[in-house]
Amino acid sequence: MISLKLPTRHDRGHGGWWLLSALAAVLVLAPAAAIAVIAAEGSGDLWPHLARHVLPRALRDTLLLLGGVGALTIVIGVGCAWLVTAYDFPGRRVLAWALLLPLAMPTYIVAFAYLDLLHPIGPIQSAIRALLGFERPRDLAFPDIRSLGGCILLLGLVLFPYVYLPTRAMFSMQAAGLVEASRLLGAGPARLFFRIALPLAWPAIAAGATLALLEALNDIGASEFLGVRTLTRTIYDTWINRSSLSGAAQIALLMVAIVLALILLERWARRHRHYAASSRQARRLMPERLGRATGWLAFALAAVPVLLGFVLPAGYLLAAALRRVGQVGMPPSILMQAGNTVLVAAIATTVATLIAVGVIYAVRLARGPAMAALARCASIGYAIPGTVLAIGLLTPLAEFDNAVDQAVRRYLGLSTGLLLSGSGAALVYAYVARFLAVATGGIEAGFRRIPRSLDDAARTLGVAPLPAIWRVHLPLIKPAIGAAVLLVFVDCMKELPATLLLRPLNFETLATQLYAEAARGTYENGAIAALLIVIVGLPPVMLLARLGLRPAGDRPAASDRG
Amino acid sequence: MTALRSLSFTAALLVSSLVAGPLSASELNLYTTREAGLIQPLLDKFTEKTGVKVNTVFLKDGLAERVLAEGANSPADLLMTVDVGNLVDLVEQGVTQPTASEALTASIPAQLRDPDGHWYALSLRARALYASKERTDLTSFTYEQLADPAWKGKVCIRSGQHPYNTALIAAMIAKHGEAKTEAWLVGVKENLARKAGGGDRDVARDILGDICDVGLANSYYVGLMRSGKGGAEQEQWVAAIRPILPTFAGGGTHVNISGAAVAKHAPNKDNAVKLLEYLVSDEAQALYAEANYEYPVKPGVAGAELIADLGPLTVDSTPLIEISQHRKAASELVDKVGFDD
Repeated sequence: MISLKLPTRHDRGHGGWWLLSALAAVLVLAPAAAIAVIAAEGSGDLWPHLARHVLPRALRDTLLLLGGVGALTIVIGVGCAWLVTAYDFPGRRVLAWALLLPLAMPTYIVAFAYLDLLHPIGPIQSAIRALLGFERPRDLAFPDIRSLGGCILLLGLVLFPYVYLPTRAMFSMQAAGLVEASRLLGAGPARLFFRIALPLAWPAIAAGATLALLEALNDIGASEFLGVRTLTRTIYDTWINRSSLSGAAQIALLMVAIVLALILLERWARRHRHYAASSRQARRLMPERLGRATGWLAFALAAVPVLLGFVLPAGYLLAAALRRVGQVGMPPSILMQAGNTVLVAAIATTVATLIAVGVIYAVRLARGPAMAALARCASIGYAIPGTVLAIGLLTPLAEFDNAVDQAVRRYLGLSTGLLLSGSGAALVYAYVARFLAVATGGIEAGFRRIPRSLDDAARTLGVAPLPAIWRVHLPLIKPAIGAAVLLVFVDCMKELPATLLLRPLNFETLATQLYAEAARGTYENGAIAALLIVIVGLPPVMLLARLGLRPAGDRPAASDRG
Repeated sequence: MTALRSLSFTAALLVSSLVAGPLSASELNLYTTREAGLIQPLLDKFTEKTGVKVNTVFLKDGLAERVLAEGANSPADLLMTVDVGNLVDLVEQGVTQPTASEALTASIPAQLRDPDGHWYALSLRARALYASKERTDLTSFTYEQLADPAWKGKVCIRSGQHPYNTALIAAMIAKHGEAKTEAWLVGVKENLARKAGGGDRDVARDILGDICDVGLANSYYVGLMRSGKGGAEQEQWVAAIRPILPTFAGGGTHVNISGAAVAKHAPNKDNAVKLLEYLVSDEAQALYAEANYEYPVKPGVAGAELIADLGPLTVDSTPLIEISQHRKAASELVDKVGFDD
């Protein structure tokens, strides 16, 4: 229960922080509010039809998809995290970072690559037929990837790193003492994993799985390619084919409700899970050496997700792109598009990170539920499908532009036109509104591991809150901030629906270029753009892998119940 | 407060570096849901002829919403989309303005433009049948036949909710009424070899892959695949099919259009009309057809060589406006019979 209470003495002098949090919440809530207004216009006689023929199935498919993707990402993510932290086997070090590579692979690209790879006349089935001596595709039919099961499988294969990353950090940093003590006391591997490691890592697993599920919920490309009718698809159908934006907005609100339920579920899953970690200096878990046969088995197990989630689709893209470059050379504008992509993503990432640090720190200073509620509001943008959010953004942006235009006309007699909408600023706003939740989630986890006693000590020594961030907190949570920055950057790079709707004249990013090529059916040109998205996403992912492996240098503390 | 200051500084920097500058007068801003690459050669020719620079933004969905939000300051001059339903939507949302031009009314047949001059068709595409060369010997076909149990387990088609299909189903409603159309749709669903989904080219690919024998897809994809622009594999896909222009029983072939409307607050209205007039000139119509393998709207202009084997196109007489009125009903029928499930 949230109870609003008056500012306590803690809040005194934090006016600036309050303002910042309120501003962040307003920025993100503006498009959500615009959508609510559109929804309130009413959609006439649409709902009886939707309720009877559309929503039951869309809800069922959406929940099945979420359940499947959740289970798959947890099994792969947690399993691989445990393998590379608890055991030592050949290739472990390479796999430890390679398991993050699928993050660079947008869901719509992976669907598109696998559709080609797994088609009856694609390379894989053709090879199998040749091997077994079958003549015709019909003689040896495989299940079609264009199905709910196929969609779950592909999404799980590219989204599991969201679970793997925080879980591995938890296993590696937090569990060392307990795991080693249990080993000494003779606990078997199964008992060790299920009774010790899994409960310890549960908060990290829940947080990671929630991110993966939100990504899955937001996906439109893969589900469209694979013919899965999710709620997100229904929103599009309602808007485009039934020409009912208000109906689409109403379904979008329903989706936001599902997301809020997910987030509440995650918090519920984490309650009563406060483990006081040992107060000694954090150590890395010493992995146990595996025998030759079991070692190779472990390698094979952990290599499969890397192979299927990255190597195979990326290899396919590389082959297609090389073929294309061989035929016609590099498309002239592609480097400019890559530059656009990186520029806008970098600016948006910077803004989102600054806001996230400010908001989380404000919550820490205020120590009250009111500020925490504000911070929660700031992360709702992640819950709304990209296109719908973009439509919600159109209204506030245009209102702002037209207000400025009128004011300037009145006082200076000239027109400023559209300042924000139709300029890069609109894109930056959209990315920040969408991915602020990703930034706050990671940074909050970092702050949570710093004992409050440090803040109090800094205050006692006369260090004001702002310098305290620089001198006390930032050095301790650099890895958490770094990880958040990289995740947000990769997300911005991959973003498609909002980018399509809001970008300025004559402005293309790699994702919009890829979409245009796919729309035109010149898939092989698209392969070059797709490959570049993956390539530009690789360095951040590599950095992310290194960050996650470094000891954070902080002393884990008893968890705060503030 | 320093944090806030640095934040506002960043914001100021952002605004100054990203603000869209004013556009000069010898320009034209085109908002299009057509992939710009498809029309770029034409735009280049237009610029060469007139000296008017064309700025484009290619949007997927939300063209009307964006123009509406931009309001009186919108830089949009010309709005170009595919599917008559989208054009009608633009008019209904009030983001277009009527234009009258001798050249346009003379070149475009009356049923292919808005009676009030809000929108004009610029090219035609037919909903064609792709039939397996190997496993069928069809040379003609009616849309109604697609529900014939003889094709059970042999039909491939993209999602029923895709505008290409909703427009066809809407035309079927215009011809036969809702009850008959529903029965037809159920029949087609019974005949599906796989889930409705994917794209139009996948029909050719799946016919080659032995998944189905017939399917509906747009006519221009035949030319696109044959041209090799999509790579060598697509040439193999298209080699497996015999494309046919089907008709309604006792009617003509179902077509849809690409078209354009002048924006309500167009800052360069004259240039927008100029571009429209250029696009329906003999030269542009032939180029358009040749570049995109679509059918010209202007009578007497020859279609693309690569799809000549589909034979002459006889456009069904149902007015496009009437078809677009049944779109919502068509979309709801698709849900009702669970066509995509």
